[in-house]
Amino acid sequence: MPAILVEHIAKNFAQVKALSEISFTVDRSELFGFIGPDGAGKTTLFRILTTLLVPDEGKALVNGLDVVKDYRKIRQDIGYMPGKFSLYTDLSVEENLNFYATVFGTTVAENYDLIRDIYIQIEPFKKRKAGKLSGGMKQKLALSCALIHKPSVLILDEPTTGVDAVSRLEFWEMLKRLKGSGITIVVSTPYMDEASLCDRVALIQNGKIMAISSPSEVIKTYPWRLFSVTSNDIYSLLIDLRQYPKINTVFAFGQSAHISFKEVRVDEESLCKYLEGKGHSGIKIVPLEANIEDCFMELMIKT
Amino acid sequence: MYKPEAENIIIVKDLVKRFGSFVANDHLSFEVKKGEIFGFLGANGAGKTTTIRILCGLSYPTSGKLIVGGFDIYKERDNIKKNIGYMSQKFSLYDDLTVFENIRFYAGIYGLRKNIIEKRASDLMEKLDMKEARDKLIRDIPLGWKQKLAFSVAIIHNPKIVFLDEPTGGVDPVTRRQFWDMIFAASRNEITIFVTTHYMDEAEYCDRVSIMVDGKIAALDTPENLKKTYGAGSMNEVFLQLARVKVD
Repeated sequence: MPAILVEHIAKNFAQVKALSEISFTVDRSELFGFIGPDGAGKTTLFRILTTLLVPDEGKALVNGLDVVKDYRKIRQDIGYMPGKFSLYTDLSVEENLNFYATVFGTTVAENYDLIRDIYIQIEPFKKRKAGKLSGGMKQKLALSCALIHKPSVLILDEPTTGVDAVSRLEFWEMLKRLKGSGITIVVSTPYMDEASLCDRVALIQNGKIMAISSPSEVIKTYPWRLFSVTSNDIYSLLIDLRQYPKINTVFAFGQSAHISFKEVRVDEESLCKYLEGKGHSGIKIVPLEANIEDCFMELMIKT
Repeated sequence: MYKPEAENIIIVKDLVKRFGSFVANDHLSFEVKKGEIFGFLGANGAGKTTTIRILCGLSYPTSGKLIVGGFDIYKERDNIKKNIGYMSQKFSLYDDLTVFENIRFYAGIYGLRKNIIEKRASDLMEKLDMKEARDKLIRDIPLGWKQKLAFSVAIIHNPKIVFLDEPTGGVDPVTRRQFWDMIFAASRNEITIFVTTHYMDEAEYCDRVSIMVDGKIAALDTPENLKKTYGAGSMNEVFLQLARVKVD
């Protein structure tokens, strides 16, 4: 039995189609990522999985239990960290943790092993009110509270949004350790680079799943020949590349531009000459393997 | 664009800001050149927002000398506010006003005349391809449109400097790049861009980047030089090397 089974879920809010034709499964002990921008439907989907919202169509099972009929049982089995910080800001760190343990009929001591690695980092501040914590600490407390009843499935809605690159990295290291202890983790993120840290990912946009696969498989589906181009002036480079007749797509990636061609044979020399003619210097054109963000944008264009 | 010989549009000298015993900004000194895209990076809680609030004239420093757009931060705050624009992901446009009403509101706040506002508003909607959406409420338009409109509104009065505080959070990758095209274009028009972001690839779009750690500037240079100095392949690695040991 998969940890999560979703078949043909749809959800509308008035005229807005928040989700349509959503189907996927998550295996036990899998780290499964939903990658997509704000408004893609990630939160709506997670609210359905956590029994907080009823789908218009389709069915969703968590541990074989139906999210509509068996919602009470599911709530015992899952841990949920919503995107918006939802702990009690006027309770202290330890009061919040004790409260969540009590609500689920357990104690902090009973499952301390599971949260120790995470909690230990905020323990020096255990008397501090949750509202006074920094972003990174809030995130660790929220994760501790979501874990304190030892859920079999952990659902995390954008835990790393607005969090700096260091805290993000540490958070993912925590998730990897949790996965090692057998917990199934479903996580959403708008950061494309985090996709590679998941076992499998679903790329989601406008309420639809565009692709589901392991990150390396997603990358293999990229259809065009891709190059990285750099010159002395990135802004003019982007403008001039867009004028070049044979190019399929042009996207900025840091200090270089990723450009794709539909043709198999690409004449790099003519492109270089063209750019030189436009006044560029220090031109480098290097063949490239697509990353998740290249694939995401390609899928966006296609749909 | 960064030109070493260009005038200093922002001068910060020995900026200190204390909250009680906590030092949020610990003797910061840096300059930003006219027309430059200046990336202001740092971990959560490093003190970035404190600095931005001071530069915008919203909060007084404890000590230090600061000139923004040629105006003194202590004595000429009103002039500073007229010469800067500000946009953040959290606060930008009014959801329950229409596209046109938002443009008119902000242009009015920035002191543009009525006849000019009408013209600028229609030019802007034309440029953004939003003419059809003129009378739509902000809450009913896509996030990507909102971001682009918010940026355009923040520079509708042709400010010397625009402050962008995590402007692209949560936006899809295509829209994020269109947004940066607008930033590049504004910079070509001699508007100085002061931007914070958690996307490290965006740090590489900046002419120069400063990285703040614990209230101090730990590094400031072009992305290329920073990568060389720290022997890193990307700005993400540079950032991790500098900020990793210091979190929380």
